[in-house]
Amino acid sequence: MAELFPKEHVVGFIGSLVLTFAALSVVWLDVSMVVGMIILLVTALIQAAVQLMLFMHIGETDDKVDIWVATLFAFGIGIVTIIGSLLAMVWGY
Amino acid sequence: MSFDAIFAPLSEPMVFGTFIGIVVASLAVVIGLTYFKKWGWLYSEWLTTVDHKRIGVMYIFVAIIMLFRGGVDALLMRAQTAIPENGLLNSAHYNEIFTTHGLLMILFVAMPFVIGLMNVAVPLQIGARDVAFPRLNLLSFWLTVAGAILINVSFIFGGSPNAGWTGYFPLSGPEYNPGVGNNYYAWSIQISGFGTLMTGINFITTIMKMRAPGMTLMKMPMFTWSILITSLIITCAFPVITVTMAMMTLDRQFGTKFFAMSDGGMDMLYANLFWVWGHPEVYIVILPAFGIFSEVIATFSRKNLFGYGSMVAAMVVISTLAFLVWAHHFYTMGHGVLTNGVFSITTMLIAVPTGVKIFNWLLTMRHGKISFTTPMLYALGFIPIFTIGGVTGVMLAMASADYQYHNTLFLVAHFHYVLIPGTVFALFAGYHYWWPLIWGFRLNEKLGKAAFWVMAISFNVAFFPMFILGLDGYARRMYTYSAATGYGPLSMVSFIGALGLAVSFILVAYNIYYSFRYAKREGSDPWDARSLEWCVHTPAPNYNFAVIPTVTRLDEFWFAKKEGRDLQAGKIEDIHMPNNSQSAFWQGIAMTAWGFFFVWAEWIPAAIFLVITLAFMLYRSFQKDDGYHIHVAEIEETERRYDENGGLRGAK
Repeated sequence: MAELFPKEHVVGFIGSLVLTFAALSVVWLDVSMVVGMIILLVTALIQAAVQLMLFMHIGETDDKVDIWVATLFAFGIGIVTIIGSLLAMVWGY
Repeated sequence: MSFDAIFAPLSEPMVFGTFIGIVVASLAVVIGLTYFKKWGWLYSEWLTTVDHKRIGVMYIFVAIIMLFRGGVDALLMRAQTAIPENGLLNSAHYNEIFTTHGLLMILFVAMPFVIGLMNVAVPLQIGARDVAFPRLNLLSFWLTVAGAILINVSFIFGGSPNAGWTGYFPLSGPEYNPGVGNNYYAWSIQISGFGTLMTGINFITTIMKMRAPGMTLMKMPMFTWSILITSLIITCAFPVITVTMAMMTLDRQFGTKFFAMSDGGMDMLYANLFWVWGHPEVYIVILPAFGIFSEVIATFSRKNLFGYGSMVAAMVVISTLAFLVWAHHFYTMGHGVLTNGVFSITTMLIAVPTGVKIFNWLLTMRHGKISFTTPMLYALGFIPIFTIGGVTGVMLAMASADYQYHNTLFLVAHFHYVLIPGTVFALFAGYHYWWPLIWGFRLNEKLGKAAFWVMAISFNVAFFPMFILGLDGYARRMYTYSAATGYGPLSMVSFIGALGLAVSFILVAYNIYYSFRYAKREGSDPWDARSLEWCVHTPAPNYNFAVIPTVTRLDEFWFAKKEGRDLQAGKIEDIHMPNNSQSAFWQGIAMTAWGFFFVWAEWIPAAIFLVITLAFMLYRSFQKDDGYHIHVAEIEETERRYDENGGLRGAK
């Protein structure tokens, strides 16, 4: 029976709920801008990992290398876009 | 939404005349279809088909219609500016025309044409029977059409967008642009963007998962490689424009202040986000062109492609660099030296992989036995003209010099020198090259070559003067100028070139009619080509390959021909095929209506059509439809008929 119980899904479901409320706490708690941003960033990254690995099961099939390369490429593009936008719109303006 | 507001543009005689023309033409189509009893055929064979080849043909059909519309816009612009102080168009009308010209040519000519060719060729090149998600493919097509319809009805119903194809804030914001024009802009890009994003995902999956046995990534034809990279760029870039257009809609229709100049908004953030998508978009339309030229040049030089590995590496490098350069579109916004320096350097870096590709093509031709067919002429014309575009691009890439060139006709000349040889020539090369795959005959070579020469010469006549005018300080998007500026004579030359381009379009269109009427029906592989798509019978049967070929090397088909092997030899088995999809077609119609009512802020009908759209998606989620099988007897019969008739379907 143990194999039939969708452990990963349940862990992922509860985990994503907990992370959502942790992120939402920034609205309710009176924290500084920096602390708020750190909470949001950290919970967002963990949330993305939970979604990708526990729900979308990347890394469990034969083509996991392709999938991880594509995911990391997209992640890299995202980082570059954010840093470049900050450079163009805030730091270097 | 009052009727006065909807039909306001019709008070202008030119718009009214066009409207009447469209009504008459549509009536003629409806009457023709009814008279020849073709409605059922149109609906079941084309509008709801999931066959990738037919979807590709429909994409290209839409692209050519939109090329006509965008071309008329261009002619009007050149006519208006041909002489100083011309009164053909007023300034408001001119603004609308240059906006729709840019939007149509990029999003509804270049994109559907590229996607059409990749639909036609990619599954055949990798030995697949269809794309990975055939129905999603059809839905993508109808969403592209939905976007095209929205942008095209705008000039009759309420007015076209008029803030440039880039739609920069604050000009396109609600304070300066209260009409519906720029709502059309947002929704047209938004809905067609959904379709393009789905196409990107579809083709990544197709190419990664559905290649013929033995075809490793480094044995794929170069066009397929270019589409894999293009699809990757689409998937990374299009979410940005989706979010940007959503923010634009929120600003324009719901009073948010993302891009406002007050209340903490940031108007130039729009330009930033637009080009985070917009620059990769340039590579989305140019990389498939590189792929097409690689196929065409190798085929008609009778040699294998020089430097296959470096070609792939160059495209992979471009896929990353494409995302690193966007700020060069707004150097003059007022960034510091560091920012402009960083983006200058990344921009110049792109010339390196592009140069690698140019040299590879030249070396492919070296010692080759070149045959001057129409597709090859386009490829040969591309290299020198595109190089002028590339070199002026490096000039523009220098941020300090760009302060001089920015927003002048020099820039306009540059990007036409890149996009017309790069994209338009490539699309026409691919269109002539793959035409026999679908129809079983080649387009007339004489007419094709005539069209090429008229196009190539007129293009230079139309756009070269713009370099000089731009350096003289002629700003783009000016609807007129005084005689004292001295811009008159060269502008007239440019107008004459534009007329020549119109003639070449007529030749291309006439060639379709002429070839359908008179061209000799031919067997498979009329070009003596190299890649796998040519080993099917032409016109390609709906199942493509009776037996999926096994691949051992690049250009397998070429070597099989030399060795006299039949790539489709083997045991024929039942073929599993997907059923047509009616819901994709109707969902596209529903989303057109949804977009239209959203543009007009008519919330009740907009909500109704949104619910209908969601209902279609729900229906599709629970639909049990396992497709059908083509049985062995039927395949054998089809194949036998092909063999008897020299590769022709139903020929007598």
